[in-house]
Amino acid sequence: MTHRSAKDPAPVLALRDISKSFGAVRALRDVSLDLFPGEVHALAGENGAGKSTLIKTLAGVHRPDTGRVLLDGEPTVFTGPADARDAGIAVIYQEPTLFPDLSIAENIFMGRQPRRALGRIDHRATRAATAALMRRLGVALDPDRPARGLSIADQQIVEIAKALSFDARVLIMDEPTAALTGSEVARLFGVVRTLRDQGAAVLFISHRLEEIFRICGRVTTLRDGALISSEPLEGMTEEDLVRRMVGRDLDELYPKQEVAAGPVALSVRRLTREGVFTDVSFDVRCGEIVGLAGLVGAGRTEVARAVFGVDRWDAGEVEVAGRALTNGAPSTAMAAGLALVPEDRRAQGLVMDLSIERNIGLTGLRTTVRAGLMDRGAERSRSLDWAVKLQVKYARMADTVATLSGGNQQKVVLAKWLATGPSVLIVDEPTRGIDVGTKAEVHRLLSQLAADGVAVLMISSDLPEILGMADRVLVMHEGRLTAEIPGSEATEETVMAAATGRAAA
Amino acid sequence: MTVTAPGEAPATEIPESSSTRLVDRVFRMRELAILLVLLVMIGVTQLGNSEFLSEQGIKDLLLNATILVLVATGQSLVVITKNVDLSVGSTLGISAFATGTYLQGGGNPVVAVALAVLLGVGFGLLNGLLVSLGQVPALVVTLGTLYVIRGIDSIWVGSRQITAADLPDGFVDFGSGGISAVPWLALIALAVLMATAYYLKHFGSGRELYALGSNPEAARLAGIPVRRRILLAYTFCGALAGLAGALYLARFGNVDSGTGTGYELTVVSAVVVGGVVFTGGSGSVYGAALGALLLTSVNSVLPALGVSSVWVLAINGFLLILAIAVDRIVALRVATALKKRNARHG
Ligand SMILES: Nc1ncnc2c1ncn2[C@@H]1O[C@H](COP(=O)(O)OP(=O)(O)OP(=O)(O)O)[C@@H](O)[C@H]1O
Ligand SMILES: [Mg+2]
Repeated sequence: MTHRSAKDPAPVLALRDISKSFGAVRALRDVSLDLFPGEVHALAGENGAGKSTLIKTLAGVHRPDTGRVLLDGEPTVFTGPADARDAGIAVIYQEPTLFPDLSIAENIFMGRQPRRALGRIDHRATRAATAALMRRLGVALDPDRPARGLSIADQQIVEIAKALSFDARVLIMDEPTAALTGSEVARLFGVVRTLRDQGAAVLFISHRLEEIFRICGRVTTLRDGALISSEPLEGMTEEDLVRRMVGRDLDELYPKQEVAAGPVALSVRRLTREGVFTDVSFDVRCGEIVGLAGLVGAGRTEVARAVFGVDRWDAGEVEVAGRALTNGAPSTAMAAGLALVPEDRRAQGLVMDLSIERNIGLTGLRTTVRAGLMDRGAERSRSLDWAVKLQVKYARMADTVATLSGGNQQKVVLAKWLATGPSVLIVDEPTRGIDVGTKAEVHRLLSQLAADGVAVLMISSDLPEILGMADRVLVMHEGRLTAEIPGSEATEETVMAAATGRAAA
Repeated sequence: MTVTAPGEAPATEIPESSSTRLVDRVFRMRELAILLVLLVMIGVTQLGNSEFLSEQGIKDLLLNATILVLVATGQSLVVITKNVDLSVGSTLGISAFATGTYLQGGGNPVVAVALAVLLGVGFGLLNGLLVSLGQVPALVVTLGTLYVIRGIDSIWVGSRQITAADLPDGFVDFGSGGISAVPWLALIALAVLMATAYYLKHFGSGRELYALGSNPEAARLAGIPVRRRILLAYTFCGALAGLAGALYLARFGNVDSGTGTGYELTVVSAVVVGGVVFTGGSGSVYGAALGALLLTSVNSVLPALGVSSVWVLAINGFLLILAIAVDRIVALRVATALKKRNARHG
């Protein structure tokens, strides 16, 4: 597994007794970490454990309160991201950091474009290098296309391309695969292995444990900002890793209850949005969890958005409990009992500068407004209720959502929509970026909702999740529904075959 | 600082001709639209009044636009970084008077212009420092410096006035002279404009201005020296406002303590009409220059058509709102187009 030779034990990059606090929150306490050349090192921990804070310290974004950063054994102080970059450290941050107005090529090479005479930018070379990177990652993104409007997965790809373009000695990746499906992940791992074999050190964060076991040689676990262990993965089981992360044994990850399906709650007929998806028809019954699988870009999110009324559809119809919904009107959809948990939490799900409490309360405005005034007390207790149910890790409910860790922001979005008490719930990647412990909790919650008669449509790129939770699996490929598989017959092979268009034969 | 050479595969299939370069195309479309409006307006006026496009007529048109084009060029840089400089009118006024005072005392015209630019650089640096160091919005900071500079100007100038008679003949002749219909001043503005546009497109620090206006947080993470770049934009803007002050003196030969009052609003209008978006990160100086040309042409067109000039303000306002509306619609259409392209990718 590990390609680290025993003769070369000097870490390229190391942290010694690093502590970092944000106000009263102690995000890191006396954490040490060694990164060796030629290894892929996993960083594991629950949401809010301090993983992102740790990598931001390595990247020069945060200055540690105490402790030292060692580069090639020498104590080093990074005064900013530029310092870390110049030291050969490339970072993919958890949240995409793109310039929406600039082209993909410019996004990738900003600040270090290839130059011609007199320091002028060589636009041709920039574009060519971008195209080469895209080929290496096996994606068809036009280097000249602006970053605005890219799907989350494509944004992630651009981030990955950016990091690869560095020829870095240290590559740090904070949940790079969260938005990706199997084939893109495989591609990324291929590239990572090549880099590792060329002697780069890679630090990898993911909440998908199977990915950690697939690509990493060692793992460092954090819990509540403290270092739990740093050890080889060989000989470890998923259970061992989970125990290190959460400090206890985990309940079942897919606690699906069997529920007899009721009447049709959501009915979608021949729905078409030109150039995006075509002739999509399906039903979701009360008490059912229907999984919607497919590759990134298959049009799953787009269907969900159209059903909910965020985007308009060109043809077809949508009915909730037998009543037709108006095209392009989310408010009527919400009134009919539909709720959509969107995939892009930062852009569509949250008001980053509002408190946790207010964010969860936003969708409930109608019920918590009394005589035209907001009933803050009701909002507060309801929000708190959901925050506790989903184990959101926060200092105070009045803190802004921007201070939460990525996974905890995701939980707030979930809470916000679950708080509406919907009769039809569409969840787009409900557990993206959520740690295993809470993942089980979210699954238990979805299962409970279904048992209570809610119709659930679950879009997910996490195949085990689809297989573990869905009563029925719908598969999309290039904008069309290619398969409908009963939960009992769905396997990795049948779903993937339909998702890649191989089932048609 | 190394860049992976596209070694593994020949870089032949760069989608250059086949695929549309959407970013550039949208900008260009925007500029073409203004150009079209401008040409139609001038054409209609010419039909109504054949004197309008005489040699003197064209010259006046260009002369009127020159100073606004210069200041708008500088302002664009600041607006691209998601900031604004409201003090340009005051800077123009005080540097015009400083230039005049120096020339009045028998100074060399070239040194006088350099002096004006230096004065502008000073105020630009001040603005840049305040904006990049303090956590105060640029709107507020530069509103403050607008009044401070104007105040200093008023105290210093008092009720004095400089007229063409106080200035060297050569300087005044230069202000109104040129090659047939093209004034010297317009040539200067054109040179500055082209150099700025070239800089913004082809130099790293120019692109970084767009980057930091587009997403300041990402710019920080990308290691862009955000403060230095903001300082640069303001300094450049100040320098051009100073230069514009000197040229204003050459053109009109007449300055007092009120020179340039309210000019910042015209400048900002020109920039926005020209498609430099206030939320930062997009637009071009050519667009801003066209915007400036359009706004000043309205001033000349109305009298030529026999319409009272009281309409000028209303029409400027209308153009502003129209420009914003067009931007919004274009943005929405582009977003839709991009989404559809997305869906086709794997
Ligand atoms: N800028 C900030 N201000 C205040 N608190 C912060 C800030 N950034 C992080 N925190 C807090 O520090 C703790 C660690 O957060 P961090 O983002 O490192 O978690 P994480 O392990 O990356 O979690 P996730 O898996 O959800 O991404 C959390 O409690 C978070 O709320
Ligand atoms: Mg994180």
